[in-house]
Amino acid sequence: MSEPIFRTQGVTKVYQTGAVKVFALAGVDLELFAGEMTVLLGPSGSGKSTLLNILGGLDHATSGRVWFRNTELTDMPDRGLTRYRRDHVGFVFQFYNLVPSLTARENVQLVTDVSPNPMPAEEALAQVGLADRMDHFPSEMSGGEQQRVAIARAIAKRPEILLCDEPTGALDSTTGVQVLEVLQDINERFGTTTVIITHNAEIQRMAHRVIQFQDGKISNVSTNDERLAPAEIVW
Amino acid sequence: MQALDRKLLRDFKRLWRQALAIAMVLACGVSILLTALGMYTALSDTRATYYERNRFADIFVTVQRAPERLIGELAEIEGVWAVEARTVGDTVLDVPGNARSVTGRILSLPIDGEPRLNVPILKTGRLPAPTSTNEVMVNANFAIANDFILGDHFFANLNGQKRQLTITGTAQSPEFIYTIGPGALMPDNETYGIIWMPQPAVAAAFDMTGAFNDVSLKLTTGALRADVIDAVDRLLDPYGSLGAYGRDLHLSDSFIDAEIKQLRNMASILPPIFFGISAFLVSMVMGRIIALERSQIGLLKAVGYSDLEICLHYLMLAGLIAVVGIGIGWFAGSWLARLLAWQYAQYFDFPFLIFRTSLWVYAASGVAALLTTTLGAAQAAIKAARLAPAIAMQPPAPPQFKRSLIDQTMAAMRLSQPTIMILRSLIRWPVRSALTMLGLALAVSTIVSPSFFDYALDKIVDSAFYESNRQDAMLVMAHDMPQSVLSTAAALPAVLQTEGQQFHPVILRNGIHEKRTSIQASQPGADLSRVINSDGMAVDVPPGGVVLTERLAAHLEVGIGDAVDAEFLGGRQETNTLTVTGTIAQYFGLGAYMDLNYVNGLLRQSPRISLVNVSLDDAELLALHAELKDIPNLVGIVMMTDTRRSFSETIEQSIGVMNLVYIIIGLLITIGVTYNGARIQLSERSRELASLRILGFTRAEVSYILIGETLLLALLAQPLGWWIGAQIAKAMANSFSSDLYNMPVVLHPAIFAKASFFVLLASFSSVMLVRRRLDKQNLVSVMKVRE
Repeated sequence: MSEPIFRTQGVTKVYQTGAVKVFALAGVDLELFAGEMTVLLGPSGSGKSTLLNILGGLDHATSGRVWFRNTELTDMPDRGLTRYRRDHVGFVFQFYNLVPSLTARENVQLVTDVSPNPMPAEEALAQVGLADRMDHFPSEMSGGEQQRVAIARAIAKRPEILLCDEPTGALDSTTGVQVLEVLQDINERFGTTTVIITHNAEIQRMAHRVIQFQDGKISNVSTNDERLAPAEIVW
Repeated sequence: MQALDRKLLRDFKRLWRQALAIAMVLACGVSILLTALGMYTALSDTRATYYERNRFADIFVTVQRAPERLIGELAEIEGVWAVEARTVGDTVLDVPGNARSVTGRILSLPIDGEPRLNVPILKTGRLPAPTSTNEVMVNANFAIANDFILGDHFFANLNGQKRQLTITGTAQSPEFIYTIGPGALMPDNETYGIIWMPQPAVAAAFDMTGAFNDVSLKLTTGALRADVIDAVDRLLDPYGSLGAYGRDLHLSDSFIDAEIKQLRNMASILPPIFFGISAFLVSMVMGRIIALERSQIGLLKAVGYSDLEICLHYLMLAGLIAVVGIGIGWFAGSWLARLLAWQYAQYFDFPFLIFRTSLWVYAASGVAALLTTTLGAAQAAIKAARLAPAIAMQPPAPPQFKRSLIDQTMAAMRLSQPTIMILRSLIRWPVRSALTMLGLALAVSTIVSPSFFDYALDKIVDSAFYESNRQDAMLVMAHDMPQSVLSTAAALPAVLQTEGQQFHPVILRNGIHEKRTSIQASQPGADLSRVINSDGMAVDVPPGGVVLTERLAAHLEVGIGDAVDAEFLGGRQETNTLTVTGTIAQYFGLGAYMDLNYVNGLLRQSPRISLVNVSLDDAELLALHAELKDIPNLVGIVMMTDTRRSFSETIEQSIGVMNLVYIIIGLLITIGVTYNGARIQLSERSRELASLRILGFTRAEVSYILIGETLLLALLAQPLGWWIGAQIAKAMANSFSSDLYNMPVVLHPAIFAKASFFVLLASFSSVMLVRRRLDKQNLVSVMKVRE
């Protein structure tokens, strides 16, 4: 087993809406290892995205502790979290979140402009098979292409971790498979620790490990001895 | 270029219509600031330089006749740097080819070269030869208006003799930047000229050999003006002094001064209004952009952009709007300033205009505009920077609507759902609704406020020329004449009716308050020049009383029944106590009126007059002019019809331009406010409106919601706009009013109707432009877009 890249200890997250307290996370202890591909599975509201946001430095835990390698993220001020995201984390979202006024290449450059050791935007786009679509605007691309631009944007900084929140959620099966293939390829070629949140139980079969969530807690952790290639996944 | 900068430029390109609408409002502020400050510095600098170079005097005094030996004594007064004593006299001129009679002011030139003070600038030709008795130099504008060339002749009545004078040169003088003849209201270079003649010739003509009747003094740095004035008065009082006065009371200078003050007022009142509106518009648009780009902000943060970078990104978007506004403003401002400079050149006779709009004026207007947009965008930009990335990535919570009393009222009124949607949105964002209303109200007020001038002008002309001064002409005498001059005047061709008047320069005092003015004394029952009270009735001033214009009474802090001391500056120079028996609204000057017979008794003088008012038969006018040119002791004739015409023409022309400029500004504000407001509404409501369309609402019904909110606010803004407009009009009238004019505020209903018409039309057109976008919307794609 390789070294743990993330470690959490009793992490909780409470949202206060009016008089109601919602426990999005109710005590999560977890370790994620370098180079592994992990799938977080669970119904809506089970806390997957909240955990991903905390790991990615987008949000603070209400209580508990979080480490990235030996660095504790728990009480890191915003400036430190910004630095952390800039240097280490790549995000892929369900709705791509591309800037509509920028072309594919420029969307990737958004990241390469601020990263310490990025790959050229063109290379990142080539990695996701979009070498010939670089100067297209998001509105001129299909959903799958847009998601691949988002992945290119995420990997262009050569992140150690790739956090993907429902990356295929808005896609049809063919395009979804293409996107998963890209993610797996990145994971294998660059050894990028990849965390994928999904509703789709089939996707778990391509992961090294599967962590299941229920009501803000981890309900089950399993390891796949045999992983499926994305193309083999039945949607 | 960084990707974020590209986003900035593309966002700006996408928003260009909204940005332009804001930039235009901002440009109004910048250009007015630039114009007003530019012209303010230009006029002040030009005046200061002109005065300095040509040694314009600090103190002026007119005497009846003082011996030349006093010049030395005047020069020895402490604080006096230089003295210029000369002879000045008015006379009627006969200009060949000009059928009208012309008044000339003759100034003596020292025999030993140019004057020490108030030095004229030779424009063409040469100074008259010191010993010549018929060579003269005239002011350049008089020469131009009468098509004179060097060597031309005209005739002047000098001491009862008609003499032919030859023009050897033309000049400009710091004393006559604004040249206005006796009794005239506007400069008229064709009928009023300044004539410089060698001293011996003038002295002979006005019987002033060895004497002078006009002194100018320049002070040393640090001298106390009031002390010098007192010393001059002590010295010259025995010689019929009318009292020394400073530059502030110098006619030409006070006109320029009034203009400079107006420019300063303009620079301080108007631009802040435009900047305020721009800030509001920027804040409204940026707020919406940030709401729309919520997830993009979240993304930028997720990939590692710092709060500061994001804040700056949005501030720079606002900055780009400012840059466009500043560019347009600088361009328009430079052009407007030139236009204004050209207008000034018509009234003010400067030999040069120092028109270098200094860099600091450009810089100040630019900085003001940048600060405005930055302040406007600050709240939104900070909000963007503070947005927590995890929250930013999620769709925003729907706005909170709460049931209130108003809802119950709406329900009771059985309003349609679309109407309820409109009203609820107004109530949900009360600050935004109020500010939109205020913006539109300011647009209304911008059109209302200057419109009163038109009506004020009518009132002034009506009151001054049809009610008070009904004479066709005034014959101005060189000095007081026996009353028999009335019969001489009555015998002139064209004259139908004659009435005599006296003018007495006085200082009116009440305690510490005093004002230098002139008392106008008329016969009871005078019909040609009347004193009109506030009811529009002609009144006779009772013996022992004085009627004051309201402005003068207010200045002296006296009311009806109060006593006021009048120091008569001519004759025996006595001070008498008079009772204020009435006050009248009058629009020219600070007049005071008395009974002619009482004044004769008071001053222990035989019946006499200094001016003859006449009514004329137009058919014989030419014969009259021909005859007038030969009458001794007549120094001028003021044709009231000409005065009335030139006054109306001049003012109407500048008011026309001004009203047009303000209407354009009002329209720009309206477009800026309504277009942006409607675009934001459309953006916020696109899903809502698309849903309604899917539910089966027609385009018209859906448009009603969009148009209804904007137009409801526009309608609500009208009364407020009228009120603000009326207040600004009052402030403007106040700032235009001086000792020279008193501007009445006449708020005719048509003014309000006109302003509302323009603003409502512009609001409707702007919102209809936005409505076109609503028609083009693809319902399905709108519904698919994640908010």
